[in-house]
Amino acid sequence: MSFVEQAPVLIVILPLLSAFLVNMVGLINRRYCLPFAILGIFGSFTASVITLIRIMEHGVIHYRLGGWPPPFGIEYVIDHFNGLVLVTVSFVSLLAVIFSKESIKQELPEKIPQFYTLFVLLVTGLLGMTVTGDAFNLYVLLEISALTGYALIAMGDNKALVASFNYVILGTIGASFYLLGVGHLYIMTGSLNMANLLTILPDLYSLNVIFIALLLILVGTWIKMAFFPMHGWLPNAYTYAPSAAGCLVAPLVTKVSVYIMIRIMLSVFSPLYVYSVVGLSDTIVWMAVIAILSGSILALAQTDFKKMLTYLIVAEVGYMVGGAWLASSSGLTGAILHIVNDALMTLCLFIFAGIVIYKRGGQQLQDLAGLYKKMPITMAAFTVGALSMIGVPPTAGFFSKWYLILGAIDAGKYHFMAALLVSSLVNAILFFRVIEIAYFEPKVDHHGGDSHKVAIDEAPLSMLVPLIIVALSLIVIGLYSGDIVTNIIQHSVPAGL
Amino acid sequence: MESIISDYNYWIYILLMMIGLYAMLAKNNLVKKVIGMSIFQTAIIVFYVSIGAKEHATIPIIAHGHGHGAVEAAIDVTHYANPLPHVLMLTAIVVSVGTLGVALAICLGIYRRYNSLEEDEIQEQLQ
Repeated sequence: MSFVEQAPVLIVILPLLSAFLVNMVGLINRRYCLPFAILGIFGSFTASVITLIRIMEHGVIHYRLGGWPPPFGIEYVIDHFNGLVLVTVSFVSLLAVIFSKESIKQELPEKIPQFYTLFVLLVTGLLGMTVTGDAFNLYVLLEISALTGYALIAMGDNKALVASFNYVILGTIGASFYLLGVGHLYIMTGSLNMANLLTILPDLYSLNVIFIALLLILVGTWIKMAFFPMHGWLPNAYTYAPSAAGCLVAPLVTKVSVYIMIRIMLSVFSPLYVYSVVGLSDTIVWMAVIAILSGSILALAQTDFKKMLTYLIVAEVGYMVGGAWLASSSGLTGAILHIVNDALMTLCLFIFAGIVIYKRGGQQLQDLAGLYKKMPITMAAFTVGALSMIGVPPTAGFFSKWYLILGAIDAGKYHFMAALLVSSLVNAILFFRVIEIAYFEPKVDHHGGDSHKVAIDEAPLSMLVPLIIVALSLIVIGLYSGDIVTNIIQHSVPAGL
Repeated sequence: MESIISDYNYWIYILLMMIGLYAMLAKNNLVKKVIGMSIFQTAIIVFYVSIGAKEHATIPIIAHGHGHGAVEAAIDVTHYANPLPHVLMLTAIVVSVGTLGVALAICLGIYRRYNSLEEDEIQEQLQ
């Protein structure tokens, strides 16, 4: 009963327990909330890292909840793929919770206990979805993270309530479609365990019901990940959410949904079925191309910095869905690597947006004017995030894009490659516009002529440190992406693709 | 026609689902949308529960009692109903109640701020 052996379940249990504790101590003194939230998420992060190291040494871990054997009981299955996603999710939430300290004091001072309870529960839901090997368990955790997400977004400013309401309606449709798809699989197989489904389904591949089940699950996860044209709920919800909530929701929810899609494709249906039998690849890659182009074009039209970022998320979701459906091993590698990279890049940019809102009180592009002189460290970190988003080596964003492009060439899908290149170009235009505003246009100073000596005015340390860590991690992951691919991701990409 | 009669449970769930979907997407009033959402989720619960239903079947529990009726345990597959879909739906009902609660709380917040629950009036105020 050592910590190491129980680590897979502690990943989920520690944040769940800390959610209760945060709520309790919030009644006594709201200052105690944050330490407990950090403690829970940090414990979860430690357990994730231990689990990933154990997987790299000994292979896939099966953890039986309550000791019940798999087809009847629920099991947690952690292989290289979700081990990596777990570390990413817990790392990003750890940085987001540290960032939230000052931001939440300014934006929602009277709702601190509620905020942290929901925050930690959302992390629990995301980690649970990643860790589970049971299709119905996944649905429950999907709804846990969705419900907490709705509430967190609704805490934001004026327009957040309406945005959150739309998210509730569409999110429920998405989750219900997923549940319906799982129901179809259950009728045909009598099983909800993913590994068990993988062994039963091949005999039924010729049936229409299985195809319908796949479609329902795909549409469900697509609504959840805001895959164009099902992205309608995302831009407003993420723009008007409190900035601390945005830092958690924006990098993770869509990425975990992408993880679920890939997991269902590979571990419930098989690569043989999804790539060869049903023949959806071409259509979905075209949809991804449209998603990438529309996301990029819509991002160009925005004057609100945060809204621009949300449309970039829509484009990035297109990258990952397209990469996963290229039916080539480089494409899938790129999609998996991009889950990690995009989570970190989005976190970097959203923390930056949070700092701007904290310091300047606005999120319009002109609020960024003159920031390079006032906040050199913040802007340096932002520049790393922006370069990664564009895909400049040696930042992480370059390498996942490289694998995606290789995959597109392998699969002969040149339109996907073209979409990736166009999107990189648009990202370059977008971010150089931001950099130009922040660098060259000094804020108009009303205090007289001698304004060339601007005092440095950085954000508080609890905001700055997560931003620096995430910016450094973008470079480190970029430099070590070869190792990550050979030691971790290659084990999850099915052979013979 | 025959498929409608023999598989009527599926037709009912599809009908309910479409009613719910229509209300969620087409209604102007937010509470009506929430009601549509509830109908939509109930349709899926009906679907799951109906696949676990079986006539003249009992629960799959082996009785260990004494005296009369103790041996009338449903061991043969034809004599008991699969309880799993029903148990799953207990969880799904909890989830849908939770969703309903969050959605109504958000409606309440919207009403307090905009003094209306009609979507077009709220959109006008947002412009």
